[in-house]
Amino acid sequence: MLISALQFNTTFFWHELLKPSSGFLGGLWRTVYISVVSQALAVIIGLVVALARRSTLRVVRGVAGFYVWVLRGTPLLVQLVIVYDGLAATDIYRFRDLSLLGVSVLASVQAAIVTLALNESAYMSEIIRAGLAAVDVGQNEAALSIGMTPAQSLRHVVVPQAMRFVIPPLGNDFNAMMKNTSVLSVIGVPEMFLITQEISSSTFHTFEIFLDAALYYLALTTIWTFIQAWLEAKIDRSWGIVRTHRSMLAAIREHFQDSRTLGLSRRA
Amino acid sequence: MTSSNPQGSRSDGDGTALIVQATDIRKSFGHQEVLKSISLDVARGEVVVLIGPSGSGKTTFLRCLNHFEKPNSGVVQVNGHLIGSKQDRSGRRVDASAREIARQRAEIGFVFQHFNLFPNRTAVENVMLGPIKVQKMSKDRARTLAIDQLTKVGLSDKIDTYPSQLSGGQKQRVAIARSLAMSPALMLFDEPTSALDPEVIGEVLTVIRNLANDGMTMIIVSHEIGFAREVADRVAMFDDGQIVEIGTPQQVFDRPVQARTKAFLSKVL
Repeated sequence: MLISALQFNTTFFWHELLKPSSGFLGGLWRTVYISVVSQALAVIIGLVVALARRSTLRVVRGVAGFYVWVLRGTPLLVQLVIVYDGLAATDIYRFRDLSLLGVSVLASVQAAIVTLALNESAYMSEIIRAGLAAVDVGQNEAALSIGMTPAQSLRHVVVPQAMRFVIPPLGNDFNAMMKNTSVLSVIGVPEMFLITQEISSSTFHTFEIFLDAALYYLALTTIWTFIQAWLEAKIDRSWGIVRTHRSMLAAIREHFQDSRTLGLSRRA
Repeated sequence: MTSSNPQGSRSDGDGTALIVQATDIRKSFGHQEVLKSISLDVARGEVVVLIGPSGSGKTTFLRCLNHFEKPNSGVVQVNGHLIGSKQDRSGRRVDASAREIARQRAEIGFVFQHFNLFPNRTAVENVMLGPIKVQKMSKDRARTLAIDQLTKVGLSDKIDTYPSQLSGGQKQRVAIARSLAMSPALMLFDEPTSALDPEVIGEVLTVIRNLANDGMTMIIVSHEIGFAREVADRVAMFDDGQIVEIGTPQQVFDRPVQARTKAFLSKVL
């Protein structure tokens, strides 16, 4: 009995990898959509915070700086427990299961998205702030000189150019965020990690099922790497940097040859 | 003399013909006083070239005219508008809003030393942006207008080219077309040829010369003395935050009165 539990169950490993249970797929799906929704919200909040940090009003700058200081200075895990359990325990706010556009969203998932979005927005604001600062001041002056208001200049000239500086570190952060969703298990979000733990404790195939989970996380981050490479190539093209129109595959291949991200550069 | 306006110096001309009226402009950066009471009037169709050593305040003065810099004191009027300020109901001068300043700037073209083209837009898109976003022109009309302007500066073959694939002279010509597309009443040039290779300076000067022939009102900061002599109605010599001498090119270049003008000219000629 003991010996068989220690052995690597190849059948179980392949079965869960190739034909995962619906429970596992549900966890995988939650991991993906929680990451995507949180990241999207974080970009929006981060842009607002980044602009606030460039404000001419000292109070606005101060509030935004305080926000970033607190959210970057405390662990995500602590923030999660405060938002979900802490607020409920003190009766300040209690997340409840909701039905949004016909889709039911668990209370814990709502808390997870709120916390991840706020936490990530602090990092995004710094990335966006650096991106905005990287755009030459002459660009803003050129926009003002043709009669744009500062807001129009920001929207039509400065922010689009800042994107080019923002996408690479943003992609890096999103990669980390997808993996960090595993800490959501502490507030009971049934994402991939929690489901994996449950399968592990009911089957004792700990090694097999966690190896499967690792491969799925790797697949997610790899797909994201492709999307990011495509995005970067698209932005470069809109700057006229790449002269010929290339396929997405060529863009990806070039990205790997440039950065040797996965070490499979020269083999192709 | 290329101006459509036949008179010589018109700093005392009647108010309606004046495009620029700058009075007693003072500007300091920290403790350093960069402009010490500068006044300059420019008539419609007049071309004024500002010369003088670097650090003498030419560029800062130019930037005060479209409110890139806010003067510490003094009044700037361009095309009848108080720049950067307005009168409230009781007739007091108050700061204009960002939107009002933007509307005033739309009438003033500004050409930069380093072009400042939008690198993520093609030549025609650079020129179209102002008409579309500021004047709310339709894309089709803006494109037609932009192609027209690019053709005028000799770039009809570079319409869909990105700035990174243009030479410095071509970039500066696109930048001039971008300003002209807004139909400005006044064009300001901040050392438009200083960042250019010698062999392409001529093509940019030709464009500016053509503008002068068309009667465009212009103020040009330049070190090109030969060009100033040819295109300017008046030349203003700046030194140490003041206009030390102003007059026709013949007066300033051939018979300078001030010692500082003579000293400067002996270095650049």
